[in-house]
Amino acid sequence: MVRLESVGLRYGGPGGAEVLHDLNFAMAEGGFRWLLGPSGAGKTSLLRLLTLAVRPTSGRLQLLGAAVERASRAELPLLRRRIGMVFQDFRLLPHLSAFDNVALPLRLAGRPEGQVRADVAEMLRWVTLTRRAEALPAELSGGEQQRVAIARAVIGRPALLLADEPTGNLDDTQAERLMQLLRELNRLGTSVVVATHSTALVARYPGRALVLAEGRLVHDGASDDVPRAEEAT
Amino acid sequence: MARSLRPARADDLGLRRALSDRLLPLLVAAMTFLAALALAGAMAAAGLAEHWRTGAASMLTVQVPMPEAPAVGGTRAEVVTHALGDTLGIATFRRLSAAEIATLLKPWLGEDPGHLSLPLPAMFEVRLSGDPFDATGAAARLARAAPGTLVERNGAWLTRLADLVRSLRACAALALLVVAFVASAVVAVATRAGLAARRDAIEIVHGLGATDGMIASQFAERVMMLAVAGALLGVLLVLPVLLGLASLAAPFATADAQPLQPAQLLRALPPMLWAELVSLPLVAALIGWATAQATVRGWLGRLP
Ligand SMILES: Nc1ncnc2c1ncn2[C@@H]1O[C@H](COP(=O)(O)OP(=O)(O)OP(=O)(O)O)[C@@H](O)[C@H]1O
Ligand SMILES: [Mg+2]
Repeated sequence: MVRLESVGLRYGGPGGAEVLHDLNFAMAEGGFRWLLGPSGAGKTSLLRLLTLAVRPTSGRLQLLGAAVERASRAELPLLRRRIGMVFQDFRLLPHLSAFDNVALPLRLAGRPEGQVRADVAEMLRWVTLTRRAEALPAELSGGEQQRVAIARAVIGRPALLLADEPTGNLDDTQAERLMQLLRELNRLGTSVVVATHSTALVARYPGRALVLAEGRLVHDGASDDVPRAEEAT
Repeated sequence: MARSLRPARADDLGLRRALSDRLLPLLVAAMTFLAALALAGAMAAAGLAEHWRTGAASMLTVQVPMPEAPAVGGTRAEVVTHALGDTLGIATFRRLSAAEIATLLKPWLGEDPGHLSLPLPAMFEVRLSGDPFDATGAAARLARAAPGTLVERNGAWLTRLADLVRSLRACAALALLVVAFVASAVVAVATRAGLAARRDAIEIVHGLGATDGMIASQFAERVMMLAVAGALLGVLLVLPVLLGLASLAAPFATADAQPLQPAQLLRALPPMLWAELVSLPLVAALIGWATAQATVRGWLGRLP
């Protein structure tokens, strides 16, 4: 499902600094992982690897049955459509309405427009944004934008769902709802990785955790066992 | 494909603003204007040269040395005059006066060839009727009547005019090539500006699983639309100019020197030129589409 063997990542070509070093871990289909570590540890970079926004500079990366380091460029779009990502900075298209942003993955996959409309309306209802469907991202609050980003990430029923600090702009009730959505999707078979700084959230939903420090994997086990020093800061 | 079910306003990448409908159409209009002028200019010049060429082809010059020397049945000049009158395929002929010959020879012999006391040849200007004409047979008969008579079919002129027509066509082709190259460069620059303006949006849809083909077609379709709009504008602007030129040139192309009536004006442009004017927007569409595709696909190569 997801398997990393001595994966390294360098930004900016061969001369650039390596930000991830010698990562080794595996996650079976339907797995769940917290991704923890201090700011700058490399959480977002690891998620970018797993969304195929970058390719590993070294090592081997298995993703949804494909060997990413060997896959041709033309194979990647189909893989990407099976991966959902909630970005730390949302990354909504500024000139598209909330509705069209959420619809984007389905339209890229070539779904019939009638089905797209029904699914998006349902999804917006779920994140309680039905009344803001026609609003542009700039007209939405941070929390509303985050919910649009979440809706866009899950609408295609991805096999792998990655979330980068997804509760950062949500109030407690909405954070609670989001965690329940993620757990529900996970129960239905979606593999989920959630990067967060929130110790409270992890404490409330204990599970397996990967902890990064300075680009190295320092813990891969139960979130209750994360050493205090390595815990999110 | 299901994409066709999407509302026509769908513009995922916001290209309506990134590739604005101002500059690109205007530049393409200017290119089209130049291309149309080059085409029309070459066609008109080639037409005129062809007109002269057919004129020149129907003319012969006959040169009789020592015209006043005796031959069988009169002077040599008289014998040749007689023979020309009997030759089939000749419409009219005329003996040039001594003054005309002097004018022709002035570049070589100076103001007054008489003082050289060279015996000048007699020159006949012969106009063919267009019926079958046996040039070698006629030349042989004239030479038999007055040995040394030369028949010159204005060959030098003919090849020179043919060369001129060929050069004009080559110049027009070169001008069109340059215009197409500049148009392609203009499209590439505009596309690159659009890519830079929409970098984030492109990275996002790329990350959501858009293929290079999907992204490139969004650009290519937008650019193609702008190029066609520009080319149509260019054709519309060049048309009055071409019609004006055609009405000025009409008296030279046809025998009667009447100015054209408005109704005749549209027919004044050759059908071939109309076809080329119509094809210009299509060519602009092709250049725009292909250049945008290549530019975007090249740029996308930097993404994984
Ligand atoms: N595009 C980039 N080019 C060069 N260096 C980068 C780039 N993105 C991140 N980095 C560097 O990589 C390291 C890891 O960054 P990353 O964003 O993965 O950290 P993070 O764990 O997500 O931090 P945070 O918790 O603050 O989001 C940092 O030192 C950062 O400066
Ligand atoms: Mg981060």
